Amino acid sequence: MSISKMIVLVSAGSILYAAFSDYFNTSSTPPYPTTNLSTEDDWDKIENGIHLKTGLIYDRGFDQVRANCTVCHSAKLIIQNRADRDGWAQMISWMQQEQGLWDLGKNESVILDYLSTHYAPLEKGRRDNLNIAEIEWYILDLE
Amino acid sequence: MEKINRRQFLLQGGISAMSLALGSNIVFGKHLPAGWLPVALEENTVFEPLPGKHPELVILNDRPINAETPAHLLDDLITPNDLFFVRNNGLAPNKTSIDPDKWTLQIDGEAAAKKQAYSLPELKKRFKHYTYQLTLECGGNGRKEFNPPAKGNQWSTGAVGCAEWTGVRLKDVLEDTGIKSNAVYIGYYGKDQHISGDPKKEPISRGVPIHKALEEESLIAWSMNGKDIPLLNGYPLRLVFGGWPASCSGKWLERISIRDRIHDGAKMKGQAYRIPCKPVAPGSKVEDKDMCIIESMPVKSLITFPKTGAMIKKGQSLPLRGHAWAGDLRVKSVSYSIDFGSTWKKCDLRAPANRLAWQHFSAEIAFPESGYYEVWAKAEDENGISQPMLLPGWNPKGYLNNACHRIAVKVS
Repeated sequence: MSISKMIVLVSAGSILYAAFSDYFNTSSTPPYPTTNLSTEDDWDKIENGIHLKTGLIYDRGFDQVRANCTVCHSAKLIIQNRADRDGWAQMISWMQQEQGLWDLGKNESVILDYLSTHYAPLEKGRRDNLNIAEIEWYILDLE
Repeated sequence: MEKINRRQFLLQGGISAMSLALGSNIVFGKHLPAGWLPVALEENTVFEPLPGKHPELVILNDRPINAETPAHLLDDLITPNDLFFVRNNGLAPNKTSIDPDKWTLQIDGEAAAKKQAYSLPELKKRFKHYTYQLTLECGGNGRKEFNPPAKGNQWSTGAVGCAEWTGVRLKDVLEDTGIKSNAVYIGYYGKDQHISGDPKKEPISRGVPIHKALEEESLIAWSMNGKDIPLLNGYPLRLVFGGWPASCSGKWLERISIRDRIHDGAKMKGQAYRIPCKPVAPGSKVEDKDMCIIESMPVKSLITFPKTGAMIKKGQSLPLRGHAWAGDLRVKSVSYSIDFGSTWKKCDLRAPANRLAWQHFSAEIAFPESGYYEVWAKAEDENGISQPMLLPGWNPKGYLNNACHRIAVKVS
């Protein structure tokens, strides 16, 4: 079957499912919406300096990081970590010793520049404030 | 379909095609295992629920899968299967490749009287079944707060849960095989795969000292809350050691070795799941020989109701709920403070359902006037050790953050 035919079938299936979803809604169906898996566009879109597909900051060194790091693990793991140049170098060294990462050659310094510039440690004390800006305030109904 | 095409494209085109697709050369790409689909071409920040998991779990990493539960979703007395956190070191086996009727567990090792294999149906038939509520918490839960930061998954508060596990006692099975007097440790091996794709590498193979293995609550479990264990949590068979770093409790369990030495599998040595044997200053480099294996987890508590950000009216009292746990120990008391620790009031605290189960606390809080408040909770274990309000001792890998949990509340 050709791909275009399959896409048509899947789309038709989705429409049918939507139209009759109540009939399919058995107790085994999770009580939350599931993602529409047919959205595969905007593969490499960049918005506000962020590469949407990976969530990484789009700047010099992005291509090297994407090619060498996200081959083995998610970009999410990069984004949530913070380290100085030495700290990132140690992580690379650990991945090379323990996790099968290859020699990065001349890309290593480009990658380290990128990571230590965009994912540097944040200044914080012995305990952060609660992130007030991130809190979603809501009225708690106690009646 | 597009993914299948990309995979075929890769398999046919090899590394040069992949480099082209990525817009950058993969130096030494020839070392990549053959036929292996790089994540780069599957990378995706679109939120898709993990199989068998609630869509509001926070995904920290999708290869391997690591996801934590927001505090307010842990309000159930017993954590439901879809809300139980996921901490995988490797790639879970494909569910369709697992036939629970043919699944076998092998017992072996230097300190085993013999080598013996049990099928899963045989385990269920030959040994007495036990059900316990057991708390599992990742050793790195709370890592996010350490300063300087530690590498790895930046867990906030949600790598913990307490489910009702059913299985057989590890003790009964080990004794059936025969434990020699030189037994020191048990080590597990699972069916998960190393993220490099190299079948010769183990993602993780840890274990516990023999005394912990022989405790009554140490289970080889096939059921979680009366249902099959979710694939991401170790279906069809896993170890459960309540109160110890959850990494001790091997998933997709295929083999247990009774060792005559401290188990030396993957993530047992070096710095993994270890803390400095003696306290160090933040940011210190610590030699491997000065790092000690984490055993029982420290006392901790979590506020699960209300969700942070609650706004109430002046004069209303606020119901507070949560859970507290203390590794191998029992929690003696839980207190709350609405004035940043200046004064503490005791919560009601229930006894655990059984040893190593988390305990539930509750309180009704009155606020003296309108304004911004934080409600902090602090648990104390049976030895009189309580949670710190600041971060506990810094350690290179960011383990064991048991600092008090707190939520924000506005009264108007």
